[in-house]
Amino acid sequence: MTRRYLDQYREFSTGAAKTAPAWVNDRRRAAAARFEALGFPTTRNEDWHFTTVGPIAEREFTFVAARTGDARRDDFDAYGFGGSTGESIVFVNGRFAPELSTLDRIDPRVRVLSLAEAWTGAPELAKRVGTIVSDEQAAFTALNTAFMPDGVVIHVPKDVQVAAPIQVLFVTDAHAAKAVMYPRNLIVLDRHAKATVIESYVAIGDAAYFTNAVTEVSIADGATLEHYKIQREGRRAFHVGTTETVQARDSHYVSFSFATGASLSRTNIYTKLDGEGCGATLNGLYMLDGEQHCDHQTRIEHVAPNCFSRELYKGVLDGRSHGVFNGKVYVHSAAQKTDGKQTNNTLLLSKDAQIDTKPQLEIFADDVKCTHGATVGRLDETAWFYMKSRGMNAEAARRLLIYAFAADVIENIEQAAVREALERVTLERFVKVEELIPVSS
Amino acid sequence: MLDIRDLKATAGEKEILKGISLSVGKGEVHAIMGPNGSGKSTLAQVLAGNPAFEVTGGSVSYEGSDLLAMEPEERAQAGIFLAFQYPIEIPGVSNAYFLRSAYNEIRKARGEEEVDPMEFVGIVEERLKLVDMSSDMLQRSVNMGFSGGEKKRNEILQLAVLEPKLAILDETDSGLDIDALRTVADGVNKMRDEHRSFIVVTHYQRLLNYIVPDHVHVLSNGRIVKSGGKELALELEEKGYDWLVEQPSGGGRRSARPAMTGREG
Repeated sequence: MTRRYLDQYREFSTGAAKTAPAWVNDRRRAAAARFEALGFPTTRNEDWHFTTVGPIAEREFTFVAARTGDARRDDFDAYGFGGSTGESIVFVNGRFAPELSTLDRIDPRVRVLSLAEAWTGAPELAKRVGTIVSDEQAAFTALNTAFMPDGVVIHVPKDVQVAAPIQVLFVTDAHAAKAVMYPRNLIVLDRHAKATVIESYVAIGDAAYFTNAVTEVSIADGATLEHYKIQREGRRAFHVGTTETVQARDSHYVSFSFATGASLSRTNIYTKLDGEGCGATLNGLYMLDGEQHCDHQTRIEHVAPNCFSRELYKGVLDGRSHGVFNGKVYVHSAAQKTDGKQTNNTLLLSKDAQIDTKPQLEIFADDVKCTHGATVGRLDETAWFYMKSRGMNAEAARRLLIYAFAADVIENIEQAAVREALERVTLERFVKVEELIPVSS
Repeated sequence: MLDIRDLKATAGEKEILKGISLSVGKGEVHAIMGPNGSGKSTLAQVLAGNPAFEVTGGSVSYEGSDLLAMEPEERAQAGIFLAFQYPIEIPGVSNAYFLRSAYNEIRKARGEEEVDPMEFVGIVEERLKLVDMSSDMLQRSVNMGFSGGEKKRNEILQLAVLEPKLAILDETDSGLDIDALRTVADGVNKMRDEHRSFIVVTHYQRLLNYIVPDHVHVLSNGRIVKSGGKELALELEEKGYDWLVEQPSGGGRRSARPAMTGREG
């Protein structure tokens, strides 16, 4: 099964890859070898215990080096945040689409360019690609690195604080059918910088394709990144995405993973608190139905003392869907005074929906405050009765309660535009009434 | 308007209501008193249609309809309102949205036009004054982070907005200090008129100083053991419940002091 992908790598490496500098191709080659050695993970691999990648590995997805697609701005405008087309950099079927992007709206102090350009245009930056994420045990990451044809590179220099979110939209259209895409992104925040990045994966139409994405993030001393990952891939699509972050002292990383798309998805969000006084907030919401399978794995690694981490993941599962949450918190022996809290709450709406939840704490320091917990439940009958006893229609009340369960985690989102947009998406999903009024009205 | 005949209900295996009969006429205020565990709250919950209780016998007719055959929301739409003893917190649903949805559902059921958010603001503003609540409370999630007193006032606000024909107050006074109690009672009194009936469930006579009932019923062990006028409440305040209550041990023991606390000077 790995063979097909390796054949494609060989074709790529002797063709389109050659436009990139030799050092890039060296990294690609090493990664291809790594992928060959690892092979696709099986459920015997503890990290993939609840998710079988068979549906991905057995299908014949093909890498297309050339740019494809004819998506127009109107086709995906609704997936943007903030009511306007916003400040965005757009990729269609995995390749940068300059004519659809509005780079000129992005704060000029921030450097934003495509990875394909960055290899030669910003090598000092691009050379960090592959230095943050580890592919030692990660076949999909290795496979991404073997290709990494394009993606976004964002560099926020020292002391630059960017108010408006920078939106990165990965759009697929009908031309993505049977294709595999390898978006590779790099976000670098220098000392005391502050920015918000919204990384969205959306589909126009109903093609079956495979996105294998990797995003590397470096946050320097005292810098803050709010990072939203919005996975709204097509319902026949497959998505495997890894975000790996390294945080220097006094930095803050705020991550939110929103997942409603794809037939099968796996999202990895890893952060390493590598200096004192860091904070990491990892929140997420997944809402599934039908036969969807959605797996989140998070890893928070406390390396240095006096850091905190907060994690809240919520899931709403209907139909025969299957959710997986595996949250790991490692506290190294030096990471004294770590303050960690991890929670996963799942609401099951049907008897056939299923969740496997595994919050894990591994603590090697002796002076820490860490808690974790998971709940799995059905709708709160008492609250439902309360609402009905006020005259609310039973079905409307039920839907509103589901919405409220989900909205609880959305309420924590700091960026108003993102919060309101996700509230709306969630409301539309569950509260199928004529009047769609946000909770705050 | 409400006719309860030999009503029996269980929670799980346990029979709690063991044959209650009670008639409430238009505009009347009935107080239901009784010691803990007598079935007062169960009666209130059963009338509102809480599925946690199973009706095992008897009948309830409300304005000529079989109340027990109606869903909770149908009862509310027909004009029944239950003020909860422990109001429920609903994170993520704003008070304003919740109230307006309920208000519009009830209007729809009456064949009236729904109101838009702007019109609704006007309707609520007026009622807020009734219970001395600030409009900030409307923007918060239903009962989230509310104090005990705020929760109870929020219940009365809902009562004032939804304008039921029959309001059931389930221990609305419990946990309130005297100022909050007065505010809540004032709100209720302003809602009293010749068309609206009340069933006031309370453990203490104190509330009835403010909401003066037409009839008082004492519940014990799932049955009404005594009914009377408002003076019965005063008598209970003096003597406690023990003289009316079936003693499980054969009625030998008498409490030296009234079983009730919270006396009003």
